[in-house]
Amino acid sequence: MDHIRAHVLICAGTGCVSSGAKKVEAAFREQLAQKGLDKEIKVVETGCHGFCEMGPLVIVYPEGVFYVRVQEEDVKDIVETHLFKGRIVERLLYKEPMTLEKVPNYSDISFYKKQMRMVLANCGHINPEIIEEYVAEGGYAALGKVLTEMTPESVVDEVKKSGLRGRGGGGFPTGMKWGFTRNAQGTKKYVVCNADEGDPGAFMDRSVLEGDPHRVIEGMAVCGYAIGADEGYIYVRAEYPLAIKRLKVAIQQAEEMGLLGDNIFGSGFNFHIKIKEGAGAFVCGEETALLQSIEGKRGMPRSRPPFPAISGLWGKPTNINNVETFANIPQIINKGGDWYASIGTEKSKGTKVFALTGRINHTGLAEVPMGITMREIIYDIGGGIQNGKKFKAVQIGGPSGGCLPEEMLDLSVDYDSLIQAGAMMGSGGLVVMDETTCMVDVAKFFLNFTQSESCGKCTPCREGTKRMLEILTRITEGQGQEGDIEKLEKLAKNIKATALCGLGQTAPNPVLSTLRYFRHEYEAHIKEKRCPAGACAKLAAYNITEACKGCGLCKKVCPVEAISGEVKGLHVIDQAVCIKCGACMAKCPFKAITKG
Amino acid sequence: MNKDNKCCCGNQVNAMAQMDEILAKYAEVHGALIPVLQAAQNAYGYLSKEIIQYTAEKMNIPISQIYGVVTFYSQFHLNPRGKNIIRVCQGTACHVRGAKAILQAIEDNLKITAGKTTQDLNFTLETVACIGACGLAPVLMINDDTHGRLTPEAIPGILAKYS
Repeated sequence: MDHIRAHVLICAGTGCVSSGAKKVEAAFREQLAQKGLDKEIKVVETGCHGFCEMGPLVIVYPEGVFYVRVQEEDVKDIVETHLFKGRIVERLLYKEPMTLEKVPNYSDISFYKKQMRMVLANCGHINPEIIEEYVAEGGYAALGKVLTEMTPESVVDEVKKSGLRGRGGGGFPTGMKWGFTRNAQGTKKYVVCNADEGDPGAFMDRSVLEGDPHRVIEGMAVCGYAIGADEGYIYVRAEYPLAIKRLKVAIQQAEEMGLLGDNIFGSGFNFHIKIKEGAGAFVCGEETALLQSIEGKRGMPRSRPPFPAISGLWGKPTNINNVETFANIPQIINKGGDWYASIGTEKSKGTKVFALTGRINHTGLAEVPMGITMREIIYDIGGGIQNGKKFKAVQIGGPSGGCLPEEMLDLSVDYDSLIQAGAMMGSGGLVVMDETTCMVDVAKFFLNFTQSESCGKCTPCREGTKRMLEILTRITEGQGQEGDIEKLEKLAKNIKATALCGLGQTAPNPVLSTLRYFRHEYEAHIKEKRCPAGACAKLAAYNITEACKGCGLCKKVCPVEAISGEVKGLHVIDQAVCIKCGACMAKCPFKAITKG
Repeated sequence: MNKDNKCCCGNQVNAMAQMDEILAKYAEVHGALIPVLQAAQNAYGYLSKEIIQYTAEKMNIPISQIYGVVTFYSQFHLNPRGKNIIRVCQGTACHVRGAKAILQAIEDNLKITAGKTTQDLNFTLETVACIGACGLAPVLMINDDTHGRLTPEAIPGILAKYS
């Protein structure tokens, strides 16, 4: 066997691939072959490192040097300077946004330092399309352990002991759910993995499926054994083609190795997994809607009870968990429920993966222990706000969640504190907003989303969200009326209390939380017809400041001739004529035009 | 499909040959309607009235029920679509990083609004709630290619590659 002296790890997640990772990989293979180094240096395609902002990412081991935004033309330099001469290519290193310091080593980067990567441990370090790499990291040991050493009841007990709660949004105790399905009447039962990650701004499930698919499969098989099911379904969004491909490869490899299929480990336990592709409907993330969709129907929720644990897929007892929940299972079995319960807070155990996005320096996936503060996530891991702007709010939990202001930054991030603050964990999307984001516009954005995704089955959601959206639209367009805020509050309360499913019951949350923390912005829109953030186009007033040099470019570009002024003299915008298109502001070379 | 196997262009073909293959593949699968429609749309580009009628007959499912499923999911289309499908992400992360301006730039460039197809059938413009590539926001997808870190100025160049 050839001695491998170095590994070049190239991220092949969706983010890096769209930034050009495939070309970088081909260039590495070509360059290494040219130099005759291809026998001693191995190129490995890995899953997502979670630092998508900086992609394509390349890590060179044994040193663990982390190169960012590597392009095809940089490869020659890395091969010649680093792999040949042993010197680090400084210009491709990551630079800390605060200190501008260059950091060569993966583990020293502030984005990774405070993280506790347990679910994501393998993501970015193993090749997700080779089962042996997962097994080498201890993979399928948990399945072996439950099948040969544990009774189904003791598996359920171990999961109960761990305190694991559902990572898909609701936060229901996983062990209890498994117990219900185990105790349900019937011989045919199902395990369903909810991979219909539809929350805008959340992509942790996609990364786990792309970077470590076997972990999810193993978690599902353990669940199958615990509840007495021999069949599982993974319901994946069709928008995630790479995740679907890697899952298919993983299932096939597991079947070939006898880790899925009949008589696994000679224990007499059978378990088969099938993939169902979603067809584009957000509401299918709701468990009863998801089951309808697997059955080939319109994905509309039904009222519960009966819960799926009693009557689920094709009327049989069914246990549904989210991707991240299943991905937590193998380590709980391997290291024990007590170990897992030692991480996190009293009522929220373990770690949670968050997707950091928006106006933040480090966009990406961060796995942190429960109970960390929002401030630590945004500033220590996320590297603070882009372009030195001021933090305004963080939206957590997607369309069901809420916006938290600066004074809530020291809040402990766990299921219960977030609910109390008017937000929710949701699937873990964190969208950071700065002073240029209008909170009324954000509320409208989410309402628009839930409104168009409402399945139409129950009236409060179908009609109520529409009325709320109409009010919000008119507020952002300067047509807000006295009493609109009270109307929004009343509608929100009624929808929350009467909608059929989670989508409807939580749809008013973005409005309620922005009203709670940013009421003054609503009032400014309604009473003063002004958008403080300058984001609502119809309320924006463009003005020319003293910085104007009188070049006349704005006058030329204005489509409605609203700008007047002499050459080399200060120009003025006629507000009555201005259609707020923003063309003048984009054109001005002196940044003399303001919006607000 | 006409009774004599003639397609609308007058060619003598069995337009449903591919449909038969798809239906055979899923004949034994429980709850196969959605995968069948997905495969049919992949093969034919969109779900024509003929395809839906044929599926209803062969799968013994009322046509009303199939129509209900087709119109429920955003992935299914009842009308012909462009050669290139542009999907502009309007998710939260993209929204706060200026996705509206990106959509506007494409609408201006192609002179169509979201949801429409250009007259030459080259582009169909759609919006999508999130494609999970938030790290690259604002993003769009053209067919299976993802384009990220967009600015309105970058749009003409990207579109030109597909024209």
